[in-house]
Amino acid sequence: MPDPLLSVENLRTYFYTDAGIARAVDGVSFNIGAGETVGLVGESGCGKSVTALSILRLIGSPGRIEPDSRLMFEGRDLLRLSEGEMRRVRGNRIAMIFQEPMTALNPVFTVGDQIAEVSRVHEKKGRKVAWNRAVEMLELVGIPAPAERAREYPHQLSGGMRQRIVIAMALMMKPALVIADEPTTALDVTIQAQILELLGDLQQKFGTSILLITHDMGVVAETASRVIVMYGGEIVESAPVDRIFANPHHPYTEGLLGAMPKVGQERERLQTIPGTVPPPTNWPAGCRFHDRCRYSWERTERAHPPLYEIETGHLSRCFLAEEPQRRAQPHEPMVAQS
Amino acid sequence: MRRLVAVRLFHAVVVLFLVTTIAFFLLHFAPGDPFSFENPNIPGDVRDRMRAEFGYDRPLMEQYVRYMGSVASGNLGFSHLLRVPVTQALGTVLPRTLLLMGLALVISFALGIRLGVYEVRHWQKRRARASNGISLFIYSLPDFWLALMLLLTFAYWLPILPGGGMVDVVMHEYMGPGQAAWDRIKHLILPLTALVLIVTALIARYQRAALLEVLPSDFVRTARAKGVDERDIIGRHALRNALLPMITLAGLAFPALLGGAVFVEKVFSWPGMGLTLISAIGVRDYPLVVASVVVGAAMVVIGNLLADIAYGLADPRVRVR
Amino acid sequence: MFVEWLRGLAAGVRRLDSVSRAALVILGALFLAAMLAPVIAPYSQSHQIDIVGMKNHAPSLAHPFGTDRFSRDVLSRVLYGARISLTVATLAVLVSAIIGTLYGLTAATLGGVVDTVLMRLLDAMLSIPRVLLLIAILALWSPVPLWMLVLLLGITGWFGVSRLVRAEALSVREREFVVAARSLGAGAGRIMLRHLLPNVLVPVIVTTTLGIGNVIVLEAGLSFIGIGAREPAASLGTMFQDGTEAFAGTWWAALFPGVVMVTTVLCFNILGDALRASLDPRHLHRARVGTGTAPLHTAE
Repeated sequence: MPDPLLSVENLRTYFYTDAGIARAVDGVSFNIGAGETVGLVGESGCGKSVTALSILRLIGSPGRIEPDSRLMFEGRDLLRLSEGEMRRVRGNRIAMIFQEPMTALNPVFTVGDQIAEVSRVHEKKGRKVAWNRAVEMLELVGIPAPAERAREYPHQLSGGMRQRIVIAMALMMKPALVIADEPTTALDVTIQAQILELLGDLQQKFGTSILLITHDMGVVAETASRVIVMYGGEIVESAPVDRIFANPHHPYTEGLLGAMPKVGQERERLQTIPGTVPPPTNWPAGCRFHDRCRYSWERTERAHPPLYEIETGHLSRCFLAEEPQRRAQPHEPMVAQS
Repeated sequence: MRRLVAVRLFHAVVVLFLVTTIAFFLLHFAPGDPFSFENPNIPGDVRDRMRAEFGYDRPLMEQYVRYMGSVASGNLGFSHLLRVPVTQALGTVLPRTLLLMGLALVISFALGIRLGVYEVRHWQKRRARASNGISLFIYSLPDFWLALMLLLTFAYWLPILPGGGMVDVVMHEYMGPGQAAWDRIKHLILPLTALVLIVTALIARYQRAALLEVLPSDFVRTARAKGVDERDIIGRHALRNALLPMITLAGLAFPALLGGAVFVEKVFSWPGMGLTLISAIGVRDYPLVVASVVVGAAMVVIGNLLADIAYGLADPRVRVR
Repeated sequence: MFVEWLRGLAAGVRRLDSVSRAALVILGALFLAAMLAPVIAPYSQSHQIDIVGMKNHAPSLAHPFGTDRFSRDVLSRVLYGARISLTVATLAVLVSAIIGTLYGLTAATLGGVVDTVLMRLLDAMLSIPRVLLLIAILALWSPVPLWMLVLLLGITGWFGVSRLVRAEALSVREREFVVAARSLGAGAGRIMLRHLLPNVLVPVIVTTTLGIGNVIVLEAGLSFIGIGAREPAASLGTMFQDGTEAFAGTWWAALFPGVVMVTTVLCFNILGDALRASLDPRHLHRARVGTGTAPLHTAE
């Protein structure tokens, strides 16, 4: 197997707040290969966005990436780079797309100027060249009349268009990795599909790897080759996409899949997962999901499960790997009993 | 954009109308009759003319209408302190105040913005925090107090600058052009400094706050993710947005500067509108007092109007569609 | 709910850094000394000790702040002067707060056309320079009794408060409990008083308290040009003007009132900055994005 493009090893990002230490990312390890699309799934509050920001070292005080974490990328540990070297990586070798297209662009600069800026920062070829490149990128992301559009301001464009601009900025320098943090959540369903398609096309064209962060299993089914499920600041399941859907192991993953509306299925009630994510300042001692889990028993309350490999390439952080018979005895989750 | 200008213009006119109305009622209800017989300073024929012109014995509404009419045509009454029509009196002194205020505004903004950016960019260094503290201190000082301290320090204890006035009253006429220019500058320094210090401190504080307000924005995060360096993050992405509230501040700074100018002019005997106003108060020259207020308000209104227009031009969200 | 607010305030105060706490203490001491002036001042403020022998004495043990040109004890005058300055400013700010709150609440509660009209009117009034207007009125009606000075200062200073109140009230108005009250048939007045007012109170109190510093300076300025507080109710500003007449020879008569005035305003502003920053809800707990090399919120 060739070396992975990005290797996240034991990433821990803690926030030191007045209310305590929030362990937003608490020991996450995974790899992304060249040209691969990996989906990172979980509810809000599970640490996926913080993971993404940590990779680009965009964590500000009171947050801190703990010292024994490692982020191996293109042969270097990103966490050991100087700020200047890291800046040369951002937008250049690793790019990021954020969730809110409506506020992601600077309202006082033209769209073309903002895209060209990526080139001006990383390429030093002059304003003219940068501007032309920007117009090219606009065309590439499917914006009609790109030369005119480039002179417009963000407020003149729709949400879908703005997200395309953001994608154009991200892909300007043909990065090896694009991190897309909920790129379609704030958009209409029809636009969602377009954007995902665009991302897919561009990935084909440039061979970029994509880390797609979302809470929507449906999106992941469409686009990813591998899925990582996060909960409570940890990875709870990781598998190729078809295995996740065919054979979900962790009860949380089951819950996420159950909450997905499926077209053409009988009209049953959507199953939600009762309860809410516990605060990152106070993770439970045992399994972090146990109070919302249908199969929990006393072991899950006191002991913290490690990651088990239940089939090749399929990991799950659940004691059910050792005691599968418990699956036959579901009950009301603890949070629902009271 | 055009609509914006039209609306603001209408606004300005309404305010001026309001102010002039207030001025009228002040004049009318103030104790003592400004045109009273007891006041020996007004020549008799002028007084009679004023009575006729202002129709002093007519019903209130009529007087009001006549007053508004005369103001609109540029007649603001007669000053018995200076023995000239008020318009003429103000016409002489207003430019001097405008000179002081205008220079103060420009210099303060240039300095204040740079200071605000500096304080944000180097927020961790002791120098920047000290600068912030000093700004707070200066901003808290009453303008007349600061003016006085400056006067005492640089005109008496270390007599290096003149103690007042706009030019050297005795010698100025005999000076050559270069010397005369230097004379004017010398007299400007202290009053200007008094105004500039306080307004710069104010602007620096606001600019700093505006920058800090903008820094957590999503688009700043995008810029960081693009690899833009910190200097440009603050100096370009954040600042360009944080300058917009500064334009609004310029509009608001006018009344503040005007008030400050009054006190500074008194301390330094700068012969501008403020000093004239204070002298007028002393002898109950009502027309002059009231007219100064009206003109002052007009200045503020025009200043705000210009600021609004400038804002409309500067913010693409307003300027374009 | 009042208790909650107090607790919030106490928490905000506890979070103050040492400089701000010092400011709070100094301010408290000044307030106390000023209010107790009749009790602790060695002389009354207009008492002329000995017009022949005791005038213009430099600071000494008997008269720590010296005596002025009318042989009055400067220390006593400063104490009484502070009392006047603080009282005038506080009451004026109170007047502004009341008028501003009522105006803002009315605009927010009634909404629609009423709101637009009221706000336009407000904009117009904001354009009138406060200092000039006060000078004009005070000059024309001089001499003005102290209570009228307070009233005038209050009436010319409520515009900012009403803007703030309206903004806060508007944001609260759309919250569920207000919508619920409205749907239960609560009238505008009731909504205003029971629902909007309590929520609006906190930022109003913070802002207006800080405004006291500005009013002190304003009143001092007016007194400095002779149209503010007058003898025998001399404020710090009046004293200052009196003292500057012959500053070179008798610097103490102007210095001490000046220092007290500046210290008071400075403390108010320091507190203002700090309280505003620490009571700002955005300050709490949110993790920020950045590279750790720039400040991301207003608190130090």
